[in-house]
Amino acid sequence: MSEIEGLQLDDRDRALLDGAEGEAMSLAMRVVLRAAEITGASSLQDICFAHIDACFYNGQAHVDFARFMVDKGARLAVPTWTNTSLVSQVDTEIRPEKNDPVVVSGARLLMELYEQLGCEPVWTCAPYQLPGRPSLGDHIVGSESNAVTFYNSVVGARTNKYGDYLDVCAALVGRVPFSGLHTDEGRRGRLLFTLDAIPWELRHEDIFHHVLGHRLGRVAQSQVPVIQGLPPDSNEDQLKAISAAAAASGAVGLFHAVGVTPEAPDLASAFQGVEPEAEIGITPAELIEARDSLSMGGGGRLDMVAIGTPHFSFTEFARLVPLMDGRRVHDGTLFYVSTSRHVYALIEEQGWTAILHAAGVRVVVDTCTYFTPAVRGCRGRVMTNSAKWAYYAPGLLAVESVFGTLEECVESAVRGEVWRDDRLWRNNTWGARA
Amino acid sequence: MSSSEITARVLNPGKAAGEVMLLDEPLSFWGGFDAQTGIIVDQHHPQRGSCVAGRFLILPESRGSAGTPAGIAEAIRRGVGPVAIALGKADVNVAVGAMVAAALYGVEIPVLVMDDADRAGLRSGDRVEADRDGRLRITAAEYG
Repeated sequence: MSEIEGLQLDDRDRALLDGAEGEAMSLAMRVVLRAAEITGASSLQDICFAHIDACFYNGQAHVDFARFMVDKGARLAVPTWTNTSLVSQVDTEIRPEKNDPVVVSGARLLMELYEQLGCEPVWTCAPYQLPGRPSLGDHIVGSESNAVTFYNSVVGARTNKYGDYLDVCAALVGRVPFSGLHTDEGRRGRLLFTLDAIPWELRHEDIFHHVLGHRLGRVAQSQVPVIQGLPPDSNEDQLKAISAAAAASGAVGLFHAVGVTPEAPDLASAFQGVEPEAEIGITPAELIEARDSLSMGGGGRLDMVAIGTPHFSFTEFARLVPLMDGRRVHDGTLFYVSTSRHVYALIEEQGWTAILHAAGVRVVVDTCTYFTPAVRGCRGRVMTNSAKWAYYAPGLLAVESVFGTLEECVESAVRGEVWRDDRLWRNNTWGARA
Repeated sequence: MSSSEITARVLNPGKAAGEVMLLDEPLSFWGGFDAQTGIIVDQHHPQRGSCVAGRFLILPESRGSAGTPAGIAEAIRRGVGPVAIALGKADVNVAVGAMVAAALYGVEIPVLVMDDADRAGLRSGDRVEADRDGRLRITAAEYG
């Protein structure tokens, strides 16, 4: 063992650094060590899996970096899966190359380079929906914000939010700085959020999880929140909604839900026996405010429905298909669902793609509607059931977002105008006095 | 003309000299910054419309985004990046962006962490020279 700036290195670390496996692996090791120095980590931690974001085209530097790694013989140390791409390899019509040749061809090339590097080309922001996900206690590299929060909170795998290049470098050397959410101390709950004032029935509605996540992110920022009062049978789609919304509106990389998530069988475990730094009762008024802040305008004619942010799961399709079966999206409205290739293959086996196609629903794979501005007709008034989409899209696209439930999205798409389920928008449903 | 010397923590080494551009608020190098032109595009940023190209950029912190390293590396590649970045707090993403740009394009941009007190003593227009070890020589701008 030798030391660099107080950091223990083993023989392989040292060999990589010295260029024994080439200049690309040496750069990767230097980047990981630099990150360790900056974060004050005292050691490096082996990882067993990575989900990288640097495959999302973000300018020519991204292509140059990937090309450098491939050309200089870099080799991945762990199974490495890819996040969504800016473009779809399967459906080239979604973002025609002629409209934006530099960006589209760059994004395609980047996808090819990461496949050459040896990545598993899953192209999804919801890799945890695919078989072969990591397990409780595994140290991994996550990068996309909802995936980081889902892996940490729901799976109980351990990762910080790794930015571009560091994600790839860590996957190459198979090590990360041992800091933050990799450590027990970093995973200790800090803030207790209680739901006593929120009706039990509402806590089973999907819209509640999006809104709760949105509120949680804004209040907790980067502190670890602990939620008490989620129903024990909360499903992974609902926990995905909390993860995505809290990571978008704040910087929540991990939450615990008592009696639901694996590191929080009880309150004491979530806080590791330490007192919460603050106890915050979520109020109906706060949730109503958060819910309303996700819609920019009111009702009226609807241009598009965009769902599947993060990528739609098999179980979400199982809810969508009966709602759409035998119905037809209005002529003036477009309906897009973003998902992964993997889930697409599963729904095709079920014969669901044919039903959705007949209903006028278009399923998009590899990418997402909120950063694929050339998705046909993505402008005007767009309805989504995703708090994350509603939060980000107005800044990225020329759209007015309207937030609602899956059922409201479907009904609105069929009618061609925003339709509200009054029951869900009455304040007393959310626990407020009427 | 008055000059002084301070020392900053080095997150990525490099030698640089340039005129200070002091940002009043954090900046996202992805989303809030156009890496093709070096111009700050964040609608809510007080320095929106300013170009960081060739400047000694001093800011409280970068707004966290996984895309930060790409924004920095791409701006450096296109020659519209700052000559140095000094932050109020340590930031892995900014350092990694500069490090990767150095490896790919041979352009070394120092990334530094400066004490709040040192940052407070600087004005846009001051001239700063940075050594690889984080020593900064500051020449205050003349005010008329």
